[in-house]
Amino acid sequence: MSRVDVTAVTKHFGTSKALDDVSITFDDGGFFALLGPSGSGKTTLLRTIAGFHFPDSGSIRIGEREVQRVPVEKRDIGMMFQNYALFPNMSVADNIGFGLRVRKVGAAEERRRVAEALELVQLGHLGQRRPSQLSGGQRQRVALARAIVTRPRVLLLDEPLSALDKTLRVDMQLELRRIQREVGITTIFVTHDQEEALTLSDRIGILKDGRIVQVGPPREVYERPVDAFAASFLGEANWLPPSRVAGLELPCRSGAGSFAVRPEALSVATVPAPGKNAIQGRMSQHVFAGAMATCLVDIDGSYWKVIARDRDIPQIAPGADVWLSWSAADTIAVPTPA
Amino acid sequence: MRRPLLPVLGRLWLALILVFLYAPIMVMAAMSFNASPFYQLPFSFSTRWYAEMAGNPQIITAALRSVSIALVVTLIATALGTAASIALFRYDFRGKKVLQLLLFPPIAIPWLITGTAMLIFFFAIGLGRGTPAVIIGHVALALPYVIVTVTARLSSFDITLEEAARSMGAGGWTVLRRVTLPWIAPGMVAGALFAFAVSFDQFVVSYFLSQPGDSTLPVLIYTAIRKGFTPEINAISTIIITVSMAIMFIATRYSRFGGER
Repeated sequence: MSRVDVTAVTKHFGTSKALDDVSITFDDGGFFALLGPSGSGKTTLLRTIAGFHFPDSGSIRIGEREVQRVPVEKRDIGMMFQNYALFPNMSVADNIGFGLRVRKVGAAEERRRVAEALELVQLGHLGQRRPSQLSGGQRQRVALARAIVTRPRVLLLDEPLSALDKTLRVDMQLELRRIQREVGITTIFVTHDQEEALTLSDRIGILKDGRIVQVGPPREVYERPVDAFAASFLGEANWLPPSRVAGLELPCRSGAGSFAVRPEALSVATVPAPGKNAIQGRMSQHVFAGAMATCLVDIDGSYWKVIARDRDIPQIAPGADVWLSWSAADTIAVPTPA
Repeated sequence: MRRPLLPVLGRLWLALILVFLYAPIMVMAAMSFNASPFYQLPFSFSTRWYAEMAGNPQIITAALRSVSIALVVTLIATALGTAASIALFRYDFRGKKVLQLLLFPPIAIPWLITGTAMLIFFFAIGLGRGTPAVIIGHVALALPYVIVTVTARLSSFDITLEEAARSMGAGGWTVLRRVTLPWIAPGMVAGALFAFAVSFDQFVVSYFLSQPGDSTLPVLIYTAIRKGFTPEINAISTIIITVSMAIMFIATRYSRFGGER
């Protein structure tokens, strides 16, 4: 297990800049999510740490070792691919044992560690199957077992859950987290699914256009985004029109120019809540979804979204005036984008 | 119910084509078992010509030479062709498209032209005629077939399998041996069989490039026919056709161009 330091890494593909002066530290034993829209450079960053790309400039350290010029096979990493990339001509056990055989650990040791890895991912009985005989979730577990069986210094996951359906994905998220904790391996995880990033990781890095926008624990990034992009990309944000700012209690942050409120921080009522910020709008829609409900409220022509327990939202006819209230502390302040 | 006319006509047409293709071969095969040296009927079954063929040292030597040349050609062409296919698949480089296009005309250019060109070229570089020239010539003819079959197989190969192997610590050679080659093996087998058939059946280029007295089987047959026809030729031809067809059949079974296994 090791920490990973990426320092001032820049990478071009032809004339396009895939990574632009990226510096980021992945703590030893941490679970780190790299989050960003497609083309943001998150996968390039992961593959550069893996060694599939060499950076044009900058350095990468895994533990104490400088690796920016070291080829993939010499970096001692474990990687899980989006399509799992299991070898179709090998059994599950041979897939998992591949890295051990390459390292020449010996047949007995290989058997023991493969069995251990299969046990860890709860597939103890499936060692002799072919990958084609497994379900999607099982293949995913095999891929994970294969990536960690060599006890690599860092585990790299490239959108590993995106091929699974929703229910299975949630199960696998918890499973992945359990296994990562059990093994204690430094893990870097690329995803475009913000919910997945929030659930799984203890730190999140948001990327855009090859640059790091913000790095921090999920709660911090969610509650205190550094700019409008981070605020909108991680979670949803209702933006306060400048004309409505007067009379509200807003955080004083140097350079702050735009304000937003998360949908779940809002409450809906026919009167403003005392001691809170409140703005008036017109009720547009109330969408019932079981325990929770979503309201759309028209504020000067743009819709604010409110997410709350259904019983906390009063029955108000569409078109009627309503007040949206929130605690001053829940206001998100970011610099106005240039 | 009236049967539609078109399928019936279609079947008839297909039958005619098959007769046209195979009747001469069948006649030859039948005659190789006919006792009469002058193709006289009634047919009387005999294996005399096969026995005479087996006792003819010229034919046996030529046959062995043909087989050895074909084996060497198969080895070289399969190795080179596979390497070329992997390079074309894995790397992007300047002129790759042009190179890929250039691989196909040799299949279409008449062998007579290719043979003449090779003869001139080999004399120009001082290699001249002889078995090495024949082998080089055959390899050149067989290469495109290997590249086509291996490339077809590679097109369904998932390159992340190589990346996965590397991430587990496997170097280039191990990746090739344990991951890439097992996947393309069926394409290589098909390509090798094609290469063998191209070399074994090759007449024109062999005729141009081999030294007199050093003939391959097809060249020997040709010269034998010019001197005077004997039913021994029927016998050896029948054997060649049977072997060639078997090889082609296996090759097409293995290649299944571009399909899943």
